[in-house]
Amino acid sequence: MLDYLLPRYKVLRDFDLCTRCGVCERSCSNEVHRVDEEHDTVTADHMKCVNCQRCVVMCPTHALAITNWPQVGNGSSNWTLGYMQDIAKQAQTGAVLLASMGNPEPYPVYWDHLLLNASQVTNPSIDPLREPMETRVFLGARPEALTVNERDHTVVSKVPPQIKLDVPLMFSAMSFGSISLNAQTALAMAARELGTFFNTGEGGFHQSLKPYAQNAIVQVASGRFGVTPEYLNTAAAIEIKIGQGAKPGIGGHLPGEKINAEVSRTRMIPQGTDAISPAPHHDIYSIEDLRQLIFSLKEATRYQKPVAVKIAAVHNVAAIASGIARAGADIIVLDGFRGGTGAAPKRTRDNVGIPVELALAAVDERLRDEGIRSTVSIVAAGSIRSSADVVRAIALGADAVYTASAALIALGCHQCQDCSSGKCNWGIATQRPELVKRLNPEIAAQRVVNMVRAWNHEIQEMMGGMGINAIESLRGNRLMLRGIGLTDRELAILGVKHAGE
Amino acid sequence: MSRITAPREGEVRIPSGCAIAGILDRSGTRHDGGDILTSIALMHDRSNGLGGGFAAYGIYPDYADLYAFHIMYESTEARHETEAYLDTYFMSEKQERIPTESSTAIKNPPDIWRYFLAPHPVRLSMSGLDEAEYTMQHVFHINGSIRGAFVASSGKNMGAFKGVGYPEDIGEFYRITDYKAWAWTAHGRFPTNTPGWWGGAHPFTLLNWSVVHNGEISSYDANRRYVEQYGYDCGLQTDTEVITYLFDLLVRRHGFSQEMAAHIMTAPSWDEIDRMDPPQRAFETALRITYPSALVNGPFSVIIGSNEGLLALNDRLKLRALMTAEKGSMVYLASEQAAIEVVCPDAENVRSLDGGVPFIALLDEVARRKHLEAPENNPEQPRPRALEVGVQPFVRKEA
Amino acid sequence: MKRIFAIESWCLDCKRCEIACKTFHSASRNTVAALRQENASSRVRVEGTLKMSLAVNCRHCAHPKCVEGCISGAMRKDPETGLVTADPHKCVGCRTCVSMCPYGCVQVVCVDGRDVALKCDLCSEDGHTPGTPSCVAACPNNALIYLESEGC
Repeated sequence: MLDYLLPRYKVLRDFDLCTRCGVCERSCSNEVHRVDEEHDTVTADHMKCVNCQRCVVMCPTHALAITNWPQVGNGSSNWTLGYMQDIAKQAQTGAVLLASMGNPEPYPVYWDHLLLNASQVTNPSIDPLREPMETRVFLGARPEALTVNERDHTVVSKVPPQIKLDVPLMFSAMSFGSISLNAQTALAMAARELGTFFNTGEGGFHQSLKPYAQNAIVQVASGRFGVTPEYLNTAAAIEIKIGQGAKPGIGGHLPGEKINAEVSRTRMIPQGTDAISPAPHHDIYSIEDLRQLIFSLKEATRYQKPVAVKIAAVHNVAAIASGIARAGADIIVLDGFRGGTGAAPKRTRDNVGIPVELALAAVDERLRDEGIRSTVSIVAAGSIRSSADVVRAIALGADAVYTASAALIALGCHQCQDCSSGKCNWGIATQRPELVKRLNPEIAAQRVVNMVRAWNHEIQEMMGGMGINAIESLRGNRLMLRGIGLTDRELAILGVKHAGE
Repeated sequence: MSRITAPREGEVRIPSGCAIAGILDRSGTRHDGGDILTSIALMHDRSNGLGGGFAAYGIYPDYADLYAFHIMYESTEARHETEAYLDTYFMSEKQERIPTESSTAIKNPPDIWRYFLAPHPVRLSMSGLDEAEYTMQHVFHINGSIRGAFVASSGKNMGAFKGVGYPEDIGEFYRITDYKAWAWTAHGRFPTNTPGWWGGAHPFTLLNWSVVHNGEISSYDANRRYVEQYGYDCGLQTDTEVITYLFDLLVRRHGFSQEMAAHIMTAPSWDEIDRMDPPQRAFETALRITYPSALVNGPFSVIIGSNEGLLALNDRLKLRALMTAEKGSMVYLASEQAAIEVVCPDAENVRSLDGGVPFIALLDEVARRKHLEAPENNPEQPRPRALEVGVQPFVRKEA
Repeated sequence: MKRIFAIESWCLDCKRCEIACKTFHSASRNTVAALRQENASSRVRVEGTLKMSLAVNCRHCAHPKCVEGCISGAMRKDPETGLVTADPHKCVGCRTCVSMCPYGCVQVVCVDGRDVALKCDLCSEDGHTPGTPSCVAACPNNALIYLESEGC
């Protein structure tokens, strides 16, 4: 059957600069480039290009650029080329469309409609070079009141277990299997260096990461891969994953070809078999079941580890989060619909869920209305792109944020959204040894550390500008935000005033 | 009475700079308002005529067991409505118009009354609240729901005298030299907006607390949204109000000493905590973990009056001026040293307060009593919340 | 002295090191000109395939066999810096060094009609002081590292 699908991208080669050196050919796992030394030509198979930009970066003479395939649509804003191509693909294969990374559709990005405040005259901005500028955050459940002995300076009542973050940012869950061990190792090394946490995802805990266990959060998801008492007790905290922003309501599927010997051992499943995470946890059909799982995990870890519950941001998120807090979770993770994934059905990724900004604002407000916000920690996830997004999230009410895509981009990811192919040219979302080794964890960790340190400096600068020198004074401080270009309804949900008010 | 068109506190958020002063006689001997008036008047340039006021402790010894409500009315209807409300929920021992001196400097004063009240015993017991909480909720109701009425103070054996004008003019208007108190605080206001509303002047009070404050806290909304969880209605949108509520929450509800409450609000930095011995570090860490939203950030200096004495506090970076001095049993506090020396030229131990270190001056008898108290605080049990009133009692679900 | 070490596990067979070497040692120091017009030779050579590869490079040995075997005095180890270089003016193209080198790091190429020995000079600008090796800078994966090591 003739395939009607068109190429998505076109490789532009500047032949004045091209030296036929072949770096592009050797860099591309999709076999786009071909150097013919005999005839002294270089050609490109545009159909295979996914726009990962590895060749563009590697080319010693910067002779390459990738552009969109120049085919125009028919001018309809309804039957766009994108929809027609999707149909062509499904007509060819009869399959669910697969996609990767976060929702790319042009829904409003509320971060971009929130402006930050700064001090002028009536109170001074604080100079982060001169004064301490605190970005340390503790995550865990908190008592409403503390009983202390004021004379001896001792704590009488118990404080639930906490994890300490020196920066208000952690790396969200990405399993070994969905990403390479080198990628996970890089994040683990960066987390330790930065005094924060990485998350194993639902892929088990690879034995080589033991040295980083104190900076690990282990995940218990619907597939329960790799979950043992040792697994639970190894890490600093445990996260129950109910849902993921990129694909709310559905499970996961790691194809058998990615289950090599190492992944098989770490996940505790046979080599070469598909790893299926069911859509729901089949022992959680209601909130009381969640409470049982939370307390099972607390029992298994002797109440020494905070237990987080991660949900996708969906329509009724505020009520769900309130239930989770009351079910005994110490940390609630809200994952917005722009959060990334290694693989998701395209229609789910692009159409299900809500932005984390709205979910976060609604949850924080609801928990405050119920008087329980101070007893639980909230982590916002789902496309935190810059330090300004971190500041906005905390001002809306988050204790800290999770970021995965930004960390991967620091590693080299170019968001080509082709993770599910397993041919990641950057050595991130692949298990092929010749590609995995492209990611040297030492370099990769340094890049992530650099990015987070830079963000933290920026956060400190912005906090100082607001006259705030401890991040807890920014938390839920929505007066530091103003909306721009938002409707009254959006402003009301976000709990912020419009710029100029 | 003419309607004021400028925005009021509660309608807009108004940052302001200010002058503050306080005088305490630790022996409990009562003095008239002359000294505090002289002290605050010296700092004339730190206020701009848009607000001044005084709080005085020990002024109503004959009614010491009753809640003394100072209420400002903009209309007769407001007074009738308020008095009907008070008659429902309180028993009034005495009510009278507060004597004032008319002056050209004071424009458009409201009708100001005082009431000596005891909570209605049956309604109090039906409410399930303690006396203080009951009284506080009704003060919130009057201030929030009765148009044209504002409770300026509601403590026992104390009162606030405040209004729109320079503090020295307000003092004369209220004839504060006719009152004798063992502690006085004063406030001259420099708001960066132009509200001319009497209720918005300082000191801000709640039950026995009175707060005079100079600064603009940058953590305002974090603090506000924290205390609002516990039933405090931050209707005025001012820093002073939220500081008062934080203090009330930590001291009255969570049972901390005033000193510990102030310590929580100006917690040591993590750098300092990291350098402490392990037990002390664990203690400070637990406080910061539990009370992150009670940390007050940004420049402020406050004097908090209570029936125990005065407490002064500076932000932890020391971004606002506050001086203290002593002479015998007298303790003086003021934004400027000259404002102390003008009333006590031979004051001793004159010094600037350190940032984040609470300064506490208690009545001698209170200090003696405190010494015998248990060192552990005793937080109140979670109380019924509006949202959870129903057949089921509220039960906290946690480990 | 500082030496270049090649780490096999991180080598990607991209050969950017070779291109960087050619560029540095070209007359133009321009990659396009070096590769297309000057047809420059690389002194580092990546051996292997995409799955397993290694950049082979001169070790600047403490007791270099190439110097030992040189009949014309062209091969020289700088007593101070330890840099081993081949002087094209003295070289007679006898290939003794090529056969002596245990690592295969010397090659003989034709320059201006004469066969002369060519080897890594650590991107030295003056012929006896090591420079900043271009191959190390060009490596995307730290498969080539430039480290202080014992012995000159």
